Formats: sequence, structure tokens, C-alpha cells
Amino acid sequence: MAEDKINAKCKLVIIGGSAGSLNALMQILPELSVLNSFALVIVLHRRGTDDMTLEELIKIKTEVPVKIIEDKEPLLPGFLYVAPSNYHLLFEKNETISLDTSEKVNYSRPSIDVSFESAAEIYGDSLVGILLSGSNSDGTEGLKMIQKAGGIIIVQDPESADMPFMPNNAIVHTTPDYILNTDEILKFIISINS
Amino acid sequence: MIEDIELETLINDIYEYYGFDFGSYSRASLKRRVNRIYQLDGFKNFYEFLSKVRYDPEYYKNMIDEITVNVTEMFRDPAFYKVVRNEILPQLAPKPFIRLWHAGCSTGEEVYSMAIMLREAGLLHKSIIYATDINSKVLETAKKGIFPLRMMKEYSENYRDSGGQEDFSSYYIANYGIAKFNEELAEKMVFSQHNLVSDNSFNEFDFILCRNVLIYFDNNLQKRVINLFDESLSILGFLALGTKETIKYSISTTKYKQLEKEKVWRKIK
Ligand SMILES: C[S@@+](CC[C@H](N)C(=O)[O-])C[C@H]1O[C@@H](n2cnc3c(N)ncnc32)[C@H](O)[C@@H]1O
Repeated sequence: MAEDKINAKCKLVIIGGSAGSLNALMQILPELSVLNSFALVIVLHRRGTDDMTLEELIKIKTEVPVKIIEDKEPLLPGFLYVAPSNYHLLFEKNETISLDTSEKVNYSRPSIDVSFESAAEIYGDSLVGILLSGSNSDGTEGLKMIQKAGGIIIVQDPESADMPFMPNNAIVHTTPDYILNTDEILKFIISINS
Repeated sequence: MIEDIELETLINDIYEYYGFDFGSYSRASLKRRVNRIYQLDGFKNFYEFLSKVRYDPEYYKNMIDEITVNVTEMFRDPAFYKVVRNEILPQLAPKPFIRLWHAGCSTGEEVYSMAIMLREAGLLHKSIIYATDINSKVLETAKKGIFPLRMMKEYSENYRDSGGQEDFSSYYIANYGIAKFNEELAEKMVFSQHNLVSDNSFNEFDFILCRNVLIYFDNNLQKRVINLFDESLSILGFLALGTKETIKYSISTTKYKQLEKEKVWRKIK
């Protein structure tokens, strides 16, 4: 199984989502408590205003400690990070996070493609990319890059997604390693956490 | 896509041929920007791109404009401006003379926002606002005080959310898709080129703003710049960074007291 292949080296799990993805996350996150060897980064399309509602909501729903991102924050295993509104989130070689206010990509900032591509570059085959529900085509290009760099890519089963467009688009244009419903995504994350 | 080693070659060449040092810029963002124009301009290979940069100064200039990120807004992050309006300006008000510095001001939207607030607080007449950037093109735009009219709806909402109570449209004249801000607002502004990588302090200030500039720098350069600000800030002066930027990786925070939730620090010793 691919899971055995990666469980020793996965350093980062990055999840992207848009409309409807919060629902999916709310089924996954409460079941996670400790992340042993990897960091979890969540990039969601969110309203432009600088509020912390999403971070607060996620904090309430999971036992995994949530770090509020500031520029050049070190990315540490065991923690959950949420991309802040109005910035693209990028990864540096020295395993810190950089933020960027450049133009929106796919009408979005943060853009999932931007973070996925950057993560692929730094984390290569120690990366798992997961794309959830949404009604935008963001994420597909990024998944391609993750796969090209040797990472594992997972797409939420469109049947189980509130908004199937985004996962469908990814399935049409990439070859996901797995197409999973939220329950299976959770099991996958737990399996690489052992 | 260009390789890491190619990016380093480009950085070295730019330094050698033009004297501009990108060596301490954040690689993640720089690489993305360079890749973007490399692809847009359709080069066949990296070497072709490199020779273009080396031997065509016009191309180089345009490239710099493209790879530096100049995105800005008026009253960006209204909550921050609210703190400036309600907490910082009242503290500065008793001073006979108020000196401000916007470092990395881009096209000036932030500077005009500040002038509006200073005016509403009755402080503009005794203020001087230095506004600097590395990019001469954005400074030209900033001097003119002309911004796209289509942005005014959003800016006037930001203005209102920041606690502004005037009629925002009274600050500009609308004409053929542009909004020209009242010249009176610009009277106390001084625009000039200043490079945070290599230039030094040039005055002492009561309020320094450098928002969303440090994110493009690596930690070493951030340290340099924060120390430059520290040297340039009067005791009890304020330093404001972008909403996701921090001084904590750069300077001993015992010299500074942070204002509640906002990214504003007051120099206490
Ligand atoms: C994203 S803009 C920030 C504009 C504004 N402060 C804001 O927050 O809306 C970043 C600006 O930093 C400027 N910049 C980049 N490198 C610089 C340097 N070495 N010295 C001075 N300014 C620099 C860029 O030219 C650009 O205008």
C-alpha cells in the first residue's frame, strides 16, 4: 500500500477547499487529536476581511493545537495551520511559512494552487495533498505539481462533497492516488499518523 | 519552470549588472514572481532570459516592476486604521510636530489614507509624511494621487469601517474612470526613493509604517530593516507592520510594547 510507503516520511499534509469544504473538515478534524510526525496546513477560500472566525472555529473543533500564522512562522510537526485571509501562503526551504499579497489566483487569495505548488516544491515526496469540496477550479494545477514532485494526491469523492465541481475538475484533469469520502480521508490521515 | 540554481544565477547577475540585491528576498515568493514573467514572456530557455536581463536595461526595469509586488489599497484592514484613529493619533496630537514614515508605500493609497485621518484629527497641518519605496514608477503614481475610480466603492466602505464619518467622495474629484485626490492632502507628503536593503536611516520619526513589505524578505533582512526602524523611531514612537507580520523574530521585544491585537508596537525604551 502507498500508505506504508509514505507513513515514515510524510512531513506535511495540506488540505485545500472552497464552498462546502468546511462541512467536510468539521467531520474530519474533531476525530484527530495528536499529529505525530507531520504538520497539517489548511487552505480555504474565505472572505476577504481580516477576521479570525475560521481559526476560532477550527480551534474549537479539534484537539490538535492550532497555530495562528504570522510571516516566517516555522512549520512544526504536530500543529495545525490555517492560511490567513487575503494572503497567499508559501513554503520556504528552511521550513518556515511566507505570506504574499500578490494578485488573486483563480479569483482567490489564498489560492489553493499557489500553496500546493509551493508545498510540492519544498516537500516533494514527503507531502500529501487533499482537495475537498468547492465550486471553483482552484487546486487542480497544484495537485498536478504535487504528484509530479512525488507526493500523494487525494480528492474528495464528489458524491460526498457539498459542491462537487472542484473535486470533479481535479478528477478529470489529474490521476488522483485516492478518491475518498470524508470518513475515508480521516482514516487515511490516521493511518499515516501511526 | 526555472530551477533554484537558475534563480540564484539571476540574483547574482542582477546584482552584478545593476547593483540591486535580491539576495535576501524570500525565495518562495521571488521564485514564483520570476517564473511568472519567464513564462509570460515566452522565453525558450533560461539562458535567453538571462541575456535579455543582462543586456536590455529597459527589460530589466520592467521585470523589476513585475517581480516586486505592489498590491495595495486605501484603508486596507479597517480595524488597523481604527486603532490609528482612536489610539495612536490622540497620543501624537500633543506634539508640536509629527513626523511619519511610510516605508514601501507602493502607489500611495496608504499614504493618502493617513493624510485623510490626520486631517480629520486636525493634525495634518503640523505633520510631515515621508513616503518611500524602491520602485520609482510606483512613486510617480503616488505623487499624482490618482487612483482607479472603480476602487472607490470598496475604499469608501473601508473608510467607513475604519470609523470615518465624512463623505468619502468629498476627498476626490471623479473624472473618466479616475479619482484625483485633493491636492491639499498631498501638501505634507514627501516622496522619495529609499532601498530598505541598503539605505540608512534619514530622520527621526514618531510613527513608522511598513506594511506588507517585510513578508517579501528573509529573516536576516527583516532583522536589518527592523533595526533600521528602531534607530529611526523616537522614544514612545509607534511602529506598524502588516496584519501578519511581527517583530518577534527580529528584535528584543522588551524594548517594545504591543498594542493589543493590532500589529503596532510602541517603543518604550
Ligand atoms: C505589497 S506592497 C505594500 C504596500 C503598502 N504598504 C500596503 O501595505 O498596502 C510592497 C512594496 O514594497 C516595496 N519594496 C520591495 N522591496 C523594497 C526595498 N528593498 N526597499 C523599499 N521598498 C521595497 C515594493 O516596491 C512595493 O511597493
